[in-house]
Parts: sequence; structure tokens; C-alpha cells
Amino acid sequence: MTSTPKSSFVLSHRHLLGIEGLSAAEITGLLDLGEEFVALNRQIDKKQASLRGRTQVNMFFENSTRTQASFELAGKRLGADVMNMSASSSSMNKGETLIDTAMTLNAMHPDILVVRHHSSGAVELLASKLDCSVINAGDGTHEHPTQALLDALTIRRNKGRIEGLLVVICGDILHSRVARSNIILLNAMGARVRVVAPSTLLPPGIERMGVEVARDMREGLAGADIVMMLRLQRERMNGSFVPSVSEYFNYWGLDEKKLAYAKKDALVMHPGPMNRGVEIDSIVADGAQSVIREQVEMGVAIRMAVLEALSRNLPNA
Amino acid sequence: MREARPVLLANARIIDPSRDLDIVGDLLIADGIIREAKKGIGAAGVPEGTEVVDCRDKVIAPGLVDMRAFIGEPGATYRETFASASQAAAAGGVTTIVCQPDTSPAIDDPATVDFVLRRARDTAIVHVAPMAALTKGLEGHEMTEIGLLKAAGAVAFTDGARSVTNAQVMRRALTYARDFDALIVHHTEDPDLNGDGVMNEGEFAARLGLLGIPSAAETIMLERDMRLVALTKGRYHAASITCAQSLAVLRQAREAGLDVSASASINHLTLNENDIGSYRTFLKVTPPLRTEDDRKALFAALNEGLIDVVMSDHNPQDVETKRLPFAEAAAGAIGLETMLSAGLRLVHSGDVTLPVLLRAMSTRPAERLGLPGGTLRAGAPADVIVIDTDVPWIVDPNELKSKCKNTPFDEARMTGRVVRTIVAGRTIYESL
Repeated sequence: MTSTPKSSFVLSHRHLLGIEGLSAAEITGLLDLGEEFVALNRQIDKKQASLRGRTQVNMFFENSTRTQASFELAGKRLGADVMNMSASSSSMNKGETLIDTAMTLNAMHPDILVVRHHSSGAVELLASKLDCSVINAGDGTHEHPTQALLDALTIRRNKGRIEGLLVVICGDILHSRVARSNIILLNAMGARVRVVAPSTLLPPGIERMGVEVARDMREGLAGADIVMMLRLQRERMNGSFVPSVSEYFNYWGLDEKKLAYAKKDALVMHPGPMNRGVEIDSIVADGAQSVIREQVEMGVAIRMAVLEALSRNLPNA
Repeated sequence: MREARPVLLANARIIDPSRDLDIVGDLLIADGIIREAKKGIGAAGVPEGTEVVDCRDKVIAPGLVDMRAFIGEPGATYRETFASASQAAAAGGVTTIVCQPDTSPAIDDPATVDFVLRRARDTAIVHVAPMAALTKGLEGHEMTEIGLLKAAGAVAFTDGARSVTNAQVMRRALTYARDFDALIVHHTEDPDLNGDGVMNEGEFAARLGLLGIPSAAETIMLERDMRLVALTKGRYHAASITCAQSLAVLRQAREAGLDVSASASINHLTLNENDIGSYRTFLKVTPPLRTEDDRKALFAALNEGLIDVVMSDHNPQDVETKRLPFAEAAAGAIGLETMLSAGLRLVHSGDVTLPVLLRAMSTRPAERLGLPGGTLRAGAPADVIVIDTDVPWIVDPNELKSKCKNTPFDEARMTGRVVRTIVAGRTIYESL
């Protein structure tokens, strides 16, 4: 062990189910801890011992590559025993109810359960039945707290602050848990948030969540410090919510021309996986203003921070 | 093309519904633009070489904008082409045809809009403005590229004579169209309630032994749409309103401040179900001709402004589709050439005034679709018609310009018609 984090921040909640309910101080505590893990992750010896003896189960009811890998790596670097379970390889596919799955798992005494589920609220339901700590790795179209935290860390590292920045979130807001968690976090941290999307991809009532609403990119991106693009699912592209890929890209896809409406030093972000040529042009995705790859790096660090801060609050910790 | 000479239309009754103008005076046209319309310009006040046309006892009005005409291009040019339709339009005083997307292929992508505009530019003698399909292939499932289609030149979005039965599709289309400030035009008939019906439901259908279509089929769909417009704050136009009950729904929506307008066809304003007589298929239209009470309610609504637009519903059908037993015959009637004369029947009978009729045939459709015509203001494009409101004539199908002759006014006596049609300053039609 070459070094350990200096921050002694403890997240005094049992679970991390969402950004909702976190104070600005708690968010800052997690970001500060995450910042330290960024440095640790760049060392040759990345191994920590703070979760030694702990069991972390990653339970993904919905397919994921980057989030699952990121949580797995985070747990392992902190010394936990990590087990992955996914929908395709478990009894979740055999008709067992969510509660039964939870009770079965509970009997195995995991310390931390990381859950992704396709239904909003499912993670909270699980958490209410389990004795361990639960981390929401994305529930339906509700929240994806670690994504919002890693986005915040990326922003803070590049801009030096979050407060006062204008963050514009573009695309499929309606179906996005990333958008919801970000809106809550950014508001808590004092940023200005604006959403841009075709009206069919905006949940009615969104303006009551503390965002400005714009319907075209010129108006929407004006003055933006951060441009956060969202993924458009394939099944929503062909006439149901938007008419076609070409029309979507034409009016809402981020290309150089539209990016020019934002501030010159605006950052381009995307939670991934990207649909190049649908919501974002390759020239922009790979361009100088893009921090998309940095977001992935921040992902591991922030998940280590969350695991660390929660584990300090575990019984017997 | 050589520039047309300036024209002074002198001593006419000038009616410009776009500014409630109704005066006796002169109208000067030069360079394709209306220069002036006022009392006493006179032959002395015009540029050298101006053609002076004495229009004493005639009416000058903006060229008509026909908001609903089915043309066979692309795909059914044996029925109608832009060339033939525009000849019929010119003879009927229509200077802008708004064509419908029920073609083959349907006008549902920007390339087809482009084709229509080029084809019309090359072959038509009046303006042609296409509506594009609201859903792909007019199938009612997936919305079309409303943004790109509008940019290509589509003036509104409709599935033509088809209704979008899926309320979710309609909701999303209204919501999405709002982002582009696009107008959705909807044919309000519930196809399930229509069933196999072929004419208005009631005594007359019962006597003829034909399956009826209840007016509720229209009203129910319109009511649904009004709820969806309230939900989405979309822009909406009812394509063809035919009955009194629908007018009540429309009135309520207007009073609630919804962005809703409506058309009635010239057929429904001047004919009723009794005119079907002994199975005359030229009077089979969709929605069907209704009762006399419905017709009276329609022109009352026109006077009130509740019906914004009067359109021809021009729908050419040839003998193969019309010379059939009533139930098997295709629906549709031609109307570009007779719309104004038929409308003048309402004026002569005292049911509507001439300015009200002209407003609904020119100013309102132009306003609703964002087209430049429908006005005689100085600086507007010189799309102008001269009407002799009193000349008697008989509709002879053989003399009609349309490729198809399925007119419900076959052999009908008319009073009044267009004697000169001017498009962009050029006289394209003059009756002998």
C-alpha cells in the first residue's frame, strides 16, 4: 500500500439510491474523495485495503458494460471480493420475483450490493428488503447517481467549479436517468441547467425540476459552459418519438456548427455508449472540447469514492 | 419569360377580405406585384404601356387558395396532373392549389416534396403548395420528418383522406410538430364507426338500402383531437367538417383558446344527402353529404367565422371508379373549376355575403398556411381574380378542364363565374 486517501469523509447513509437527498456538502465530500482516487488510480500500485474482507455483489438486471466494469474495478481496487451477476446468467430469468432474489442474496451476507434494474424504483424496493448497503447503478428512467457524480467530478476538474456554470443537457431527457440525476446534482451545487430536446422527448412538468427548457439547439446552446449529450435508443428513432435518424441529427445532433453556439471553451460530455452520427458527430466526439474519455476515468474513481465512503458507515467498520 | 405589361383593372368592386375592404375603385398591377387598390387611380395615373381593363359591374378579389385538392401526381397521372388541375384551377379562379399527399408514392419524404414542387413549377400555370404526409406511407403508425419536410416546402401535415386512429401517434405528432410551428390537418372520421357505410346514416340511407355513416363518426374523432390539442398545445386544422354536432365541438375548443381552425367543402355547403337521388355516384364523397339541417348549420358557421376555410375537396375519379353500383364506387368529386360558382349560390340565396365567402376561399387559407396570397395589399403578389357575379351558365362536363368529369354539378345551372384569373401579374385565364 503506497498511499491511502487523506479525506476521512463518511457518507452517513446506508444506501446510495439517488442524488436526491444528498446535500451539497455530501456531494462535495464524495467529489473530494474521488479526486484522491484519480491520483491513486494513476499509480502503478492501485490496490487499497479499505474493503478487505467485504463482499460486493454487482447485480445487473439490465445489460451494461462500462458501468459494471467500472464498479467491479472500483471494488477490486479497494480490496473487496466482487461477484458479478447478470440477468442472462441467473435465476432472474427464471421467473423468480425481485423480492425472492433479494432474500436469497441476503442470506449470503453481502456487504454491498450494486444494482441496475430496468424499472424505476426497483432498487429502492430491493434496498428496503436487504441488510446490506445498496448502490443504485441505474434504475429505469429514474436515477443514476454515480454517473452524475462522475460528470460533476469531470466538470470540476476542468472548470475548477460547478457553481454558476450553465450546463445544457441535450437529447432524450424523457427516458434518461442520467439527466434526472444530473439535474438534481447540478441544482444542488448551484449550476444553471437547461435542457434541449424535441418536445416528444421532454417529460411534461420538467420545467418544475429547476431547469430552463429550450426546443432548438441554437437557443439552447447559447452561452453554455457544458454541453451534455444523451444517447437516443434505437427503438425511439424511427417515427415513434422522432421521425428518423437524419432528422434527429439535423436538428438535435451535436456537430461543429451547433457546438459553435456554445461558449468557445465549452466542454462536450456524453455518458456513453455513443451513437455517432445520431446524437453526436465524430468530429465533436473526438474533438478538443470533448472530455468523454475522461468521464470514463472519473467513473472508476467516483465509484471507489462511493464504496469507500459508504463502507466507512457499515456495521463493524 | 417576357415580363407582363402592367394592368389596371378599373371601375370594379374591390373586395379584399384581408383588410375588410369593399370599395368601388381601380387596382394596379405591375411587375407581378399589386401596386395599389383605391378609388380613382384612373388611366392617367398609371405607367406607360399599361393595359386598362374596364371591370365595371365586376368584382375583383384575391385569387382563391384551395386548401384541399387531390392531384394524381405522382402515381395517378391518368386521373389528374398538375398541368390539367392547374388549367381547371385557373378557370375556377383558384391561384394556389394546396395538394394532398395521398399519391403513389405518398408525399412523405423531402425528395418527393421536391419532386412535386419542381413538377408543378414546370407544368402548372397556378401556384402549387403541397401538404406532406403526417405519418410514413399514410399508415398512421410513425410520424414523418416534419422538420425536413417543412424545410423542403411542405405547408402542412396530413394523412389526406385517412384518419390517424392511434391517439398516441396523434399526440406525439401534435407535440413534435409544435417544435417546428407546423400545422396538422386531420380528416376526422373514425374508420371503425364508418365501417362499410357509404352515405349519411338516416332515413334516406334506409330507403335506398345503403349502409349509413353516422355523423358521430366525425364528431367523436374531432372531440378526441380537441382533447389532444389541449394536451399538446399543437396547431390543428380539421380538414372537412360536415355536421352540426362537430360545430358545437369546434366552438367549445375555440372558446377554450385552442389553436384550432376548420374547413368545410363546397359540396357540403351547397348539397345534401337528398341530392344523391337515385344512386348518383358523383355525389358520393367523404365524409358523406349530410342532412339539410347540417348544411344550414355549416353556412351559419361560415358566417360566424367558426368555419375558417371553404375548399373544393377536388378529387378526380374516372369512369372505372365511378360507373359502378353506389356502394362500390369510389368517393370523390372534382371541384376546382366550380367551387366559386357553387359558392355564389350561397351569396345569391342570401345565406352568406360575398366578402365572407371570399375570405374563406382566399384570405383564411393563406393565413393559416402561411402563404403569401389571399390579399390585395400593395406589395402582395398579384394573384387576382375578376368575377362576374351575375352571368348565367350551365356546367357542361365536357368543357371542364379537369381530366376527370365527376362533377356533382353535372348540368347544373350556375349564376356567376370568374372571367379573368391573374397569377403573379400574368393573365392566365380569360373567359370569352
